Amino acid sequence: MLTTVFYILSAITLASAFLTIFTKNPIHSAIYLVICFFSIAGHYLLFNAQFLAVVHIIVYSGAIMILLLFTIMLMNLNKEDEKHKSGLTILAAVASFCLVAYVLLAAFIKSMPILEKGDYYVSGEDYQSIKVLGQVLLDEKNGFMIPFEFASVLLLVSMIGAVLLSKKEEKISL
Amino acid sequence: MDSTIIIEKGVFIVIIFAITMLMAMYSTLAERKIAAWLQDRIGPNRAGKGGILQPLADGLKLFSKEEFLPDTPNKFLFVVGPAISMSVALMTSAVIPWGDKLHLFGRDIVLQATDIDVAILYVFGVLSVGVYGIMIGGWASNNKFSLMSAMRAASQMISYEIAMGLSIIALLMMEGTLSLREISANQSGMHWNVFYQPIGFIIFLVCSFAETNRTPFDLAECEAELIGGYHTEYSSMRMGFYLFAEYASMFISSTILSVLYFGGYNYPGMEWATQNWGVNPANIIGIVVLFIKICFFIFFFMWVRWTIPRFRYDQLMRLGWKILIPLAIANILVTAVVMLLLQ
Repeated sequence: MLTTVFYILSAITLASAFLTIFTKNPIHSAIYLVICFFSIAGHYLLFNAQFLAVVHIIVYSGAIMILLLFTIMLMNLNKEDEKHKSGLTILAAVASFCLVAYVLLAAFIKSMPILEKGDYYVSGEDYQSIKVLGQVLLDEKNGFMIPFEFASVLLLVSMIGAVLLSKKEEKISL
Repeated sequence: MDSTIIIEKGVFIVIIFAITMLMAMYSTLAERKIAAWLQDRIGPNRAGKGGILQPLADGLKLFSKEEFLPDTPNKFLFVVGPAISMSVALMTSAVIPWGDKLHLFGRDIVLQATDIDVAILYVFGVLSVGVYGIMIGGWASNNKFSLMSAMRAASQMISYEIAMGLSIIALLMMEGTLSLREISANQSGMHWNVFYQPIGFIIFLVCSFAETNRTPFDLAECEAELIGGYHTEYSSMRMGFYLFAEYASMFISSTILSVLYFGGYNYPGMEWATQNWGVNPANIIGIVVLFIKICFFIFFFMWVRWTIPRFRYDQLMRLGWKILIPLAIANILVTAVVMLLLQ
C-alpha cells in the first residue's frame, strides 16, 4: 500500500515540478511549486519524519511561497515581461545546481554512519521523534552542534542585512 | 491496521466534523444576537423561537442564490479559493484532545483523532497554509479591491504568525513536549498555563484575533476602503464558504486557546470525580467543561468585535512587529532565566 502511495506522490511531485517550469503564467507556476512542496512533505511523512514534514510545510509553503506569491501578484508580471536569458546565465544556473546536488549527495552519504553510531539506534527508540532530533542537533561531541549554531548565525546575518537594505534612505553616520 | 481502530477513528472524525459545523453555524446566530445585545436591540427573532432557526434560513438563502462568476481568466482558482479556506479551517481539529478517554464497549476510546508528536507545529503549519485560500481567491477575482484585501490579509497573517510562534515557545519550554495531549494532561489540578504564562497568553490571544481576521484586525474586510474585501466578487455558497471558514477558524482558535492555556478538558476535582463516579461521567463532564471554555472564548471574540473599533493598517503592523515580537522574545528570556534559577 505504501508503495502505491509513493508512486502517486512521486507522480504528483514530478508533474507539478515540470509544470512549474513550463507554465507561462508566473502565478500558476508558483501555485504548482506549492503543490510540489506539499507532495515532498508527503514523501517525508512516508519516511515517518513528521517533524521534517511539518517544518517543511511551515517554512516553504507557509512562508517562502506566500511571500513569493505576494511579490508576483504585486508586480503584476505578464508573460511578455519575461526576458530572454543569455547562454552564460543558463550555464551558471546549471553549474550551481550541480554543486548543490553534489553537497546534498555528500551530506546524505556522510550522515548514514552517524545515524548508526548513536545509542538511540541500538535502543530501538523512534529516532524521528523531536526528542532524539533535538539531542542530536544540540550534541557537541557526535552531534551537529557546530553546524547548527553556524546556521543560526547565518540566519541572523541575513536578517540584519535585510533590515539594513530596507532602511537605505537614512544616512548611516559612522 | 486494526479495522476497529479505523471504524472508531472514522466515527470520531465524523462527529468532530459535525460539531465544528454546528458550532460555526450557531456562531453566526450568536454573533448577531450578541451584537444586538451590546447595541441594545433584539436581533434576529423571526425564524423559529427566538431566532433559533436563523442559521438554517441563512444557509438555505445562500444555497438558493445565483452563482455568479466574474469575468476572470482564472475560473478554476476562483472556485478553489473558498474550498481551500474551508478545508484548512477544518483540518486543525484533527490533533485536538477533546477529552481524556471514554470506556465504551469494553475498550478505552481516546478522545482525539490522532496524537502526533508534533501537534503544535501541525497547527501552525495548517494556519500558515490558510492564507492561500484568501490570496488565491482574492487574486482570481480579477478585481483590484479584492487583490488589495488579499494582500492585506496575507501580510497581516504572516506578521502575526511570527509573534504567535514566539509566544508559544516559552510555553513549550515549560512543558517539554509538543503533543497537545501531554500539554492537556500536564495541566491537571488547576496547573493551568495561563497562571504561569500570562504574557504569553495575551500575545497568543491578540495574534489569534489577527489570524482569524476578526475585529480589531479585520482590515481585509474594511468596507469603507475595500468594498467587501477579498470576497467582493463571490456570491452564493462560495461566499458562504468564506464566511463559514471564518467562524470555523474562530471555533478552532478558541479551542486551541482553551487547550494550551486554560487546561483543556481539566476542571477542579477531576481526579475526585474519576475515583468516585467512574471514568465515563468524569470525562463527559470534562468534554462539557472544554466546550464551556470554548464558548466563552467565542463570546470573547464577539464581545471585542462589537466593542473595539478597527485599527489603522500602520498601527496593526507596528503592534505586530514592534510590540508583540519583542515582548514575546522578552517573555522567552524571562521564562528561561526563571526555569534555570528554579532547577
